Amino acid sequence: MRRISWFNATSLTLGFAFLYLPMIVLIVYSFNSNKLVTVWAGFSTKWYGELFHNEAFLDAAWVTLRVAVVSSTLATVLGTAAAYVLVRGGRFFGRTLFSGMLYAPLVMPDVILGLSLLLLFISVGLDRGMLTIILAHTTFSMAYVAVVVTSRLVAFDRSLEEAALDLGCTRWDAFKSVTLPIIAPAVISGWLLGFTLSLDDLVIASFTSGPSSTTLPIKIFSAVRLGVSPEINALSAILIAIVTVGVITTSLVSKRAITKRQREENRAGP
Amino acid sequence: MADHPRTSSQTEFAPWTDPQAKPLIEFRGVTKRFGDFTAIDDLTLDIFEREFFALLGPSGCGKTTLMRMLAGFENPTEGEIRLSGQSIVEVPPNLRPVNMMFQSYALFPHLSVWDNIAFGLKRDRKSRDEIAARVEEMLRLTRLDQFARRKPHQISGGQRQRVALARSLAKAPKLLLLDEPLGALDRKLREDTQFELMDIQEKTGTTFVIVTHDQEEAMTVASRIAVMDHGKVKQVDTPARVYEVPNSVYVADFIGDVNLIEGRFTPTGPDRGEITYGAGEPPILAETTEQIAEGQTVTYAIRPEKIRVSAERPEDRSNVAFGKIIDIGYLGNVSTYHVELAGGQMVKAAMTNATRVERRDFTWDDEVWLSWRASAGVVLTQ
Repeated sequence: MRRISWFNATSLTLGFAFLYLPMIVLIVYSFNSNKLVTVWAGFSTKWYGELFHNEAFLDAAWVTLRVAVVSSTLATVLGTAAAYVLVRGGRFFGRTLFSGMLYAPLVMPDVILGLSLLLLFISVGLDRGMLTIILAHTTFSMAYVAVVVTSRLVAFDRSLEEAALDLGCTRWDAFKSVTLPIIAPAVISGWLLGFTLSLDDLVIASFTSGPSSTTLPIKIFSAVRLGVSPEINALSAILIAIVTVGVITTSLVSKRAITKRQREENRAGP
Repeated sequence: MADHPRTSSQTEFAPWTDPQAKPLIEFRGVTKRFGDFTAIDDLTLDIFEREFFALLGPSGCGKTTLMRMLAGFENPTEGEIRLSGQSIVEVPPNLRPVNMMFQSYALFPHLSVWDNIAFGLKRDRKSRDEIAARVEEMLRLTRLDQFARRKPHQISGGQRQRVALARSLAKAPKLLLLDEPLGALDRKLREDTQFELMDIQEKTGTTFVIVTHDQEEAMTVASRIAVMDHGKVKQVDTPARVYEVPNSVYVADFIGDVNLIEGRFTPTGPDRGEITYGAGEPPILAETTEQIAEGQTVTYAIRPEKIRVSAERPEDRSNVAFGKIIDIGYLGNVSTYHVELAGGQMVKAAMTNATRVERRDFTWDDEVWLSWRASAGVVLTQ
């Protein structure tokens, strides 16, 4: 092992402290038995227990989960279709305009997107509730899915699709049995991205949610305004744990798949 | 015409000489434009059943476009393409009895070798047993039996090439298109595979159309070659005739090594004449097949191996020239001598190295006599 210089060691420590210290503080205090968040009074897991009896939080979590699953699924279907048409559709009228417009939600401030969706829902007389949150989340997730899938499709060997056509497939058959299985990893990561963004979102959800449907981020935000409770710390610690496990698992799985493939290719010879 | 030998098969195969024969594929005045660019220019061409037909030309000559029109991926801007007498211009690729082997092989990476070969058969709604039997047959034909369960990335490049061939042959197409099928293989493997391809073509009796820029490959495998340039077919003929009797400077130059000598023509008989070139050189005596006017500028094309190099002036040849060896290209089996004639004209002459290198007769700066027969070269007017 090479020794790292004191300069590198310092910048590494500072960088990681900057990134992770807040989260560590949060996790530590989630095990604080005191009701006052900032005063340490001994180790306890009671706030985790209380969290699971808090109906309001559980309801919000359930709403958030359903919104995330439905909106990211819709976004994946629409985003993949959009990406396919933009990459494979040839040069149709307005193609550049469409591809530009597809990326707009990526750079648009959330506040503006939320506000415009709110105005739209009011003007068409749609009552705000879970449906409106799902629609709003589908809107911006779709753009992310389209970006991810587009970059995969651009690198896709087009002759694979032509081979499928040549062997008797219709265009839809070819997409279903050749294109989709091959771009599946990109589609799945698009879905995961949409899912995460939907779980995360506070601003757009607060514009488009109704009294009957509150998502977890909104719930947390409004609870914190009345003062940080240890329960919130516990909830956040759980979310951090879930995300960490998810990220580590996916990176391990994909790394293993790559090394396996390389080994097999080396064995196969030229 | 009687001079169309097909050397590679026992029985003579030359349907193109038979006026009664119906071609399998007919191109009639086909033009294909991409915007301002004309890829195929008013092309008419017949390809017969059981032929191994090669489309040969440099990149950008339109050979790939021609093949993609047969597969159905491109449609002609003008003209008609017929298969067994029926126009196929409006038929989409999935409904044509035509299959293609792609340059990149285009194997489906998520499917095993077995499933790759079965892919087209499954689209035909054949029974499970029928599909299995056909796939097994294809695996045997291409010697892939042990690899049936492997994925494409788990086999070697040569094996992938055979999977691609098996997959495109599985549906027993009337016509198989091969797009630079051997381009990705190394030289040794490529030569073996060429003979394997010819063998499979004869066994299955399928009509093959191969696109290639490799003239050796085309010469080896093809029954006829179409030499293409800028969207036009320059010459369609057997490999032997394309090589020995090219109809233009372009074809002569594209296929193999050649000396091109420009000069002025003087007829001396109904089928012969003299070509005057360079000051101080005796005129070249040549045989001709067409009427050429007195004084017309012509190009005399002669292959290096038709020219003999000797130390003494030979008495038995119609054409003799004297020069100095400037360069020797040693290729192992043959050596090419670059000889500068007195008038400055460079001529290449190839001699087989029948003896070992230390016994070779000529070296740099040797003065030598070049000689060739009147029938050794061709007189080209275009």
